[in-house]
Amino acid sequence: MRKVGIIGYEQTPMLRDAGAQNEVELIMSVVHKVLKNLSITQSDIDFTCSGSCDYLQGVSFAFVDGLNAISAVPPIKESHVEMDAAWALYESWLKIQSGQAEIALIYGFGKSSPGEIREILSLQLDPYYIAPLWPDSVSLAALQARLLLDQGIISEKEMAVVVQDSRSKAIDNTNSQLSGDFTIEELLQEPYFVSPLKKHDCSPITDGAAAMVIASEEKAKELYEYPAYITGIDHRIETGQIGARDLTKSPSVEISAAALKLASKNIQVAELHAPFSHQQLILTEALKLSDNVLINKSGGALAGNIVMTAGLDRIGSIFQQLKSNEVHCGLAHATSGPCLQQNMLVLLEDN
Amino acid sequence: MPTLAAVVGMGQTYHKSKRNDVSMAGLVRESADDALRDANLDWKDIDAVILGKAPDMFEGVMMPELYLSDALVANGKPIIRVHTAGSVGGATGIVAASYIQSGLFKRVLVATYEKQSESNAMWALSTTVPYAPLINAGAGGYFTPYMREYKRRHKAPDNIGRLVAVKDRLNALKNPKAHLQIEGINEEMVEKSPILWDPLTFLESCPSSDGACSLIISSEDSVDSNQTPAWILGTSVRSEPTMYVGRDVVNPIAGTECAKDVYHQAGILDPRKEIDCAEIYVPFSWYEPMWLENLLLADIGKGWMMSENGDTSLEGSFPVNMSGGVLSSNPIGASGLIRFGEAAQQVRQKAGDYQVSNANIALGHAFGGGAQFFAMWIVASKKP
Repeated sequence: MRKVGIIGYEQTPMLRDAGAQNEVELIMSVVHKVLKNLSITQSDIDFTCSGSCDYLQGVSFAFVDGLNAISAVPPIKESHVEMDAAWALYESWLKIQSGQAEIALIYGFGKSSPGEIREILSLQLDPYYIAPLWPDSVSLAALQARLLLDQGIISEKEMAVVVQDSRSKAIDNTNSQLSGDFTIEELLQEPYFVSPLKKHDCSPITDGAAAMVIASEEKAKELYEYPAYITGIDHRIETGQIGARDLTKSPSVEISAAALKLASKNIQVAELHAPFSHQQLILTEALKLSDNVLINKSGGALAGNIVMTAGLDRIGSIFQQLKSNEVHCGLAHATSGPCLQQNMLVLLEDN
Repeated sequence: MPTLAAVVGMGQTYHKSKRNDVSMAGLVRESADDALRDANLDWKDIDAVILGKAPDMFEGVMMPELYLSDALVANGKPIIRVHTAGSVGGATGIVAASYIQSGLFKRVLVATYEKQSESNAMWALSTTVPYAPLINAGAGGYFTPYMREYKRRHKAPDNIGRLVAVKDRLNALKNPKAHLQIEGINEEMVEKSPILWDPLTFLESCPSSDGACSLIISSEDSVDSNQTPAWILGTSVRSEPTMYVGRDVVNPIAGTECAKDVYHQAGILDPRKEIDCAEIYVPFSWYEPMWLENLLLADIGKGWMMSENGDTSLEGSFPVNMSGGVLSSNPIGASGLIRFGEAAQQVRQKAGDYQVSNANIALGHAFGGGAQFFAMWIVASKKP
């Protein structure tokens, strides 16, 4: 396995509504910044890969316009996944593994504000038996939370602690959408949104984009002082039939954790892509993270959730945290699909 | 150096207007089972699944890899979803090859599909985008101005498109899986079919198909003696924006650069001589001569002569679209991978009645978007 380092990451501010700023403008701001910081241009990039979803824009092949945000004249080697951009990172990482690229640019973008994201996400379900019932993403997550509560696996107070922690940590994240100091009592007094979830248990509707540059070890060292090396990356999926899964657990995360031998690693920081508070508790359990691990310093997805980019943002946040002299090893997680159906783990180390 | 990868299995459905007998999952599964049989492998042998189709709005399923994980026996495994416009089938094959070339996977399944009967392509391609003109044209209306410009530039005779349409449909009669099986197809029938967009008639356009195509790609070390490999000598993609000053939409530079790259990887100096046959993405008849030039298989302005004098027929000096091509079957998301797979079948000598004799090196090609996304690979019967 070739050593590949993350050498740059930029994220737009996470906004409830980016207004007339379109996707191309959002991408441009982060791509130009990330390349400028490294003093490189698109012509130095061997492979470009993006992640987004047509359904957010309501237009077929909406991602095509993304090319207008980068310099694709002369033509470039480029690909796109209809997934979170964390999987665009995976595709780029494979290209570097195979020796077909040395430097790759990854970007993800999503504007959830123009549509009804809850309803839109129900189109991810089985098109014959489930999607026609339009179960929306919040309701499905609420069913999952209900199972956890009814089986005594978690409590509403534990969910509130996740929210409190996210909001307070997000104060230091200048890009965050939601932040602040709240008491557990305050949070528990909030009314239910979709029982047992309160609004603060759900990630907000967010517009934004992010870009990342990765490179082979040699190139990474040449271009940047603090590369965060990808020392493990693995992703797995579970069945799409909600009723066939034990929603209280994350077996796909457990498989990846075993594949990456996480138990033998001294993980200091973790960024978990949990669009709902209770899902962070499922992930913490599946990963068997010790109490010493600093989780979601960025505030996590509850502080801002750019759909199709929030997974890449978790990886980017660990990259930023590894710049500190005290942090040497971190874990990032990305998810896709309803109720944590598909998950990716990325282990990052500073050498 | 990348690990050497080979296609060891190909599976396809029978392509039809409506496959009412199967769901989308059933359709994809049918091709995947067929590919595993061809490779003499079982589901347990597959390390990862690479799914491609585009766009999602055709069938109204968002990110269908989530729904298809059961059908593709992907639970507990890695699955990735490639989405690169009309070239997606080709791009998906290339992503799958890179899994093997990375040295980290032994055998992967690449699956692609489109179920156009459960969709409305004209609607899905004609949604309103703020601040952009609404083009209620579909793909044919979008591309015919490019074809007219090709005709004008190179003084190509009117009947070239009709000749290509007849040639591809004659080939389709030898391919039981091809969607359009038009007995007695001839130039007059094509000419008399209704005009859709000048200069294209109905029979010069691709059909709307339900269909799926899967390949099994294996690492060199994992190729068994009971398998017939098609060695992947080169893969390449190129993208350029839909519009920019000076862009030649008739002969896009992205296509030619992609071709040069893939020939270089395969050690091909004279593509016209060294490549034995090609499966090229020709959704509308005139795209055969246009792509022959773009791919450096004909001199600029002379592609139509290759189509005219029969060079591209099954018995010609450079057979193109032996399977009947996109003009005979077009499950859009799968169409690119069908090109890549049919190229592999030729060098595996498994193309049945449309086999080109002594085919040792073949080109698979796909394009998409506003003729701006390109994906190509070269496969060979002999290990490099």
